[in-house]
Amino acid sequence: MKVTTSLALLVCLLAGECLAAGPTPQKPNPGEELFQAAQVSGHYGGQLTIGGRAEPKTFNPVIAADAVSREMIGRLMADLIEINRGSQQTEPALTKSWKTSADGRVFTLQLRKGIRFSDGHPFDADDVLFSFAVYMDENVDSPQRDLLIIDGKPLTVTKIDQFTVRFTLPRAYAAAERLFDGLAMLPRHLLEKPYRQGKFVQSWSLNASTNEVAGLGPFRLKRYVPGERVVLERNPYYWKVDSHNDRLPYLDELTFLFVGTEDAQVMRFEAGATNMISRLSAENYSLLNRERNRTGAQLSDLGPSLEYNFVVFNQNDLSSKKLDAIARKQKWFRDLKFRQAISAAIDRDAIVRLVYGTRGTALWGNVGPGNKLWVNTAIPHPQASPATARQLLKSAGFSWNPSGQLLDSSGALVEFSIITSSSNTQRMKMATLLQDDLSHLGMQVHIVPLEFRALVDRVFQSFDYDAAIMGLGGGDADPNPEMNVWTTKGTSHLWHLNEAQPETAWEGEIDRLMQQQMVTIDYTKRKQLYDRVQQLISENLPFIFLATPNVLAAADSRVGNFHPAILDPYTLWNADELYIRRPTENAGVR
Amino acid sequence: MRTKTAILIAALAALHLALLCAAFIAPYDPVAQNRELPYAPPTRLHLHDAAGWHLRLFVYRWTLGDEGYLEDKSESFPVHLLTTGSSYEFLGIFDTTRHLFGVAPPASIALFGTDGFGRDEFSRVLYGGQISVAAGIAATLIALLAGALCGVIAGYYGNWTDQSLMAGTELFLSLPWLYFLLGVRAFLPLHVSPVRTFFLLTCVIGLIGWARPARLVRGIVLSSRTRNYVLAARSFGASDLHVIREHILPEILGVLMTQATVLVPRYIAAEVTLSFFGLGVNEPVASWGNMLSTLQQYSVLVSYAWLLAPVGALIITSVIYALLADVVQSRLEFPHPGN
Repeated sequence: MKVTTSLALLVCLLAGECLAAGPTPQKPNPGEELFQAAQVSGHYGGQLTIGGRAEPKTFNPVIAADAVSREMIGRLMADLIEINRGSQQTEPALTKSWKTSADGRVFTLQLRKGIRFSDGHPFDADDVLFSFAVYMDENVDSPQRDLLIIDGKPLTVTKIDQFTVRFTLPRAYAAAERLFDGLAMLPRHLLEKPYRQGKFVQSWSLNASTNEVAGLGPFRLKRYVPGERVVLERNPYYWKVDSHNDRLPYLDELTFLFVGTEDAQVMRFEAGATNMISRLSAENYSLLNRERNRTGAQLSDLGPSLEYNFVVFNQNDLSSKKLDAIARKQKWFRDLKFRQAISAAIDRDAIVRLVYGTRGTALWGNVGPGNKLWVNTAIPHPQASPATARQLLKSAGFSWNPSGQLLDSSGALVEFSIITSSSNTQRMKMATLLQDDLSHLGMQVHIVPLEFRALVDRVFQSFDYDAAIMGLGGGDADPNPEMNVWTTKGTSHLWHLNEAQPETAWEGEIDRLMQQQMVTIDYTKRKQLYDRVQQLISENLPFIFLATPNVLAAADSRVGNFHPAILDPYTLWNADELYIRRPTENAGVR
Repeated sequence: MRTKTAILIAALAALHLALLCAAFIAPYDPVAQNRELPYAPPTRLHLHDAAGWHLRLFVYRWTLGDEGYLEDKSESFPVHLLTTGSSYEFLGIFDTTRHLFGVAPPASIALFGTDGFGRDEFSRVLYGGQISVAAGIAATLIALLAGALCGVIAGYYGNWTDQSLMAGTELFLSLPWLYFLLGVRAFLPLHVSPVRTFFLLTCVIGLIGWARPARLVRGIVLSSRTRNYVLAARSFGASDLHVIREHILPEILGVLMTQATVLVPRYIAAEVTLSFFGLGVNEPVASWGNMLSTLQQYSVLVSYAWLLAPVGALIITSVIYALLADVVQSRLEFPHPGN
């Protein structure tokens, strides 16, 4: 009886194991032009769970706009050319190789032959043409569409043969190959019908069945449990192999658990419910670091991120709005000496120590030291100096009353509020430090924590604020994504949105320089142009830069090939290479 | 019983006196940042060092190293009584720099440790208590005043006055007050000064809380107005005001006193809750609620236990008030002969 029970249990366990394991990876075929990751090794099997802040909104890569959906979709889909998050350089993905014409306008891409979508259907140039037709369709209204329209004209895509595609840009565009990163190739055989019927936007919603969704990424959709998790399983036809010619990915399953806040993610990680955390705050990093000897967790401090935190003063045109109190204060906000005084008074080193626990870097410009290719190292880094700040304010006509309060030239008290996101504890702390620094100048600063959406609404729509602490950047190291911040007509030109014409000479010069760098192919010349942009920004202070946090990530001791990067997605960019170590293996040993 | 009452009243008086004289007892300005000492643990008081025992308490400086905070035992700093420090206005009467105790710089004495900005937690608990306890007391006064007024009118006049006022109390009792306050805050201007925030807080808490005392008072008035001495007074031609003042009010005073001791800690907790969620007074002004709000961060909660000091203060205050409420109630129910 006992033997029968034990056997039954064993059968159940084995059946459970087989059900949990992903599909068996296909042996590479001679006709397949696979990408060989020469340095990568690991072994098959295992499940990796990662905690996420929220649920995805869609599985459709063309309409996904939120970071959570895009992170998940990025594991299901693949691009023609990818930015290697480790090296920050472009590398072939679904494209085997590409050629650029001498004028930088024509790109001829050679696609990999013999590769298949996760449902086994072959991939060729027709899928590329279909994908770009969808991305550029106005009715679909993809967030990526703007990238493909240059000077108001769309790029054209031509099929040369079954595995060759030509892209022609309306004019030369620097680092154009980086545009292909993030443009997932779609399966025409699955999506053409709904597209022709005008139902593309509804396709691949969260209600879609798993066999409706197929891509060229390392994983495919296995299960979505609303409010709880998304489970991905191995794509058995994936187009990358490791150094032993074994088809990637190693993991059987990749699970995204909807956990909520970063604190909740840390608690789940400590409890062993998740294997990895993509982005940690300095406080939580220190917490995990203290327990490192006991847990054996792998913690990575990758140095300064590409994100920049800053204070922006409201210099928008308020003539059409009933915001007289703010309009009066704009006299100060538009005064360069006032902004310079604020910048001089800020103790950035204290921000790095008290907000980031020294795991951050002070900033004086929009490009931090994390962006080694583009940072202008000649930008000065003056230390905090209340005396300089007072001098600047004095020369701008400000004065102090007997109780030490700052008055402007008309005798009005200098008092303003700083809004910031209540859910971002780091920026809340920065605001408190700033409030203290500026109180030494006699300024009365009030901190107003706001829910993030309310904050965005005030900064982008109603302009009902004095100053705000915000953060930008972190997407790509290249200057092009920064166009919308620094050019006058940019949608994130926060200090003065909807500016018809540059109102200052330096804004006009930045407009010219940014346009020029965008069409300059040579890196050295582009760098010179962008250096000048950085110089103008640091001299004129449309934003007063504060600090950038280090990119901090964690994985438990069992995760192999854990190589987080400073670009988003920080830990899952090489999800195809991650594997679960066997209990007998030590960290770093295959 | 009398000793217990005396002890409780003395404890309550000491607590309020300490909060009233916060500026004198606190060694530091509650908003002064010491950026070299973020999250420093409570300063240890010593009487003994390598040289032996000393009569005067002394402290060592904290130094921040890779292993966290360590005492720098190369130099000791005696704790001085009635020492000089930051300037403040004593009870709004005169300016002074005298503090109850302190140590000479560069050492510092942080009995409850420091927060993330190096601000002295002990000083902030005292100053924060001023806001939280004052808000609790002021809100209680508003609630009792409004409640007593409505309760007396409803109970004394009855009929439609009673029905409409009691319908009002039901409406207020059914209000989800936290959401109501969130709604109220959304309509307020972007920046509200700490004084105005305090005033609004107490008004809102008090005005929401009037319903329960009103129902209690109404019940007592309802039973009192049919008593013989009240009927006799009315038959002799006494006015409503006279009857209420001379015969009804003495009846409800006991209930109001018990209610006061019950409501004060409850409203202090209400203020703490609101400030905890960012609806109360904002940085850098301290209140027990906004001090505790940093503990919403998991890493802070599990790493810096001394930041729970406002919880201790809140518990002590609530326990004193709760015990006093018990005493007041038992004295009203079983009056001592001669009282």
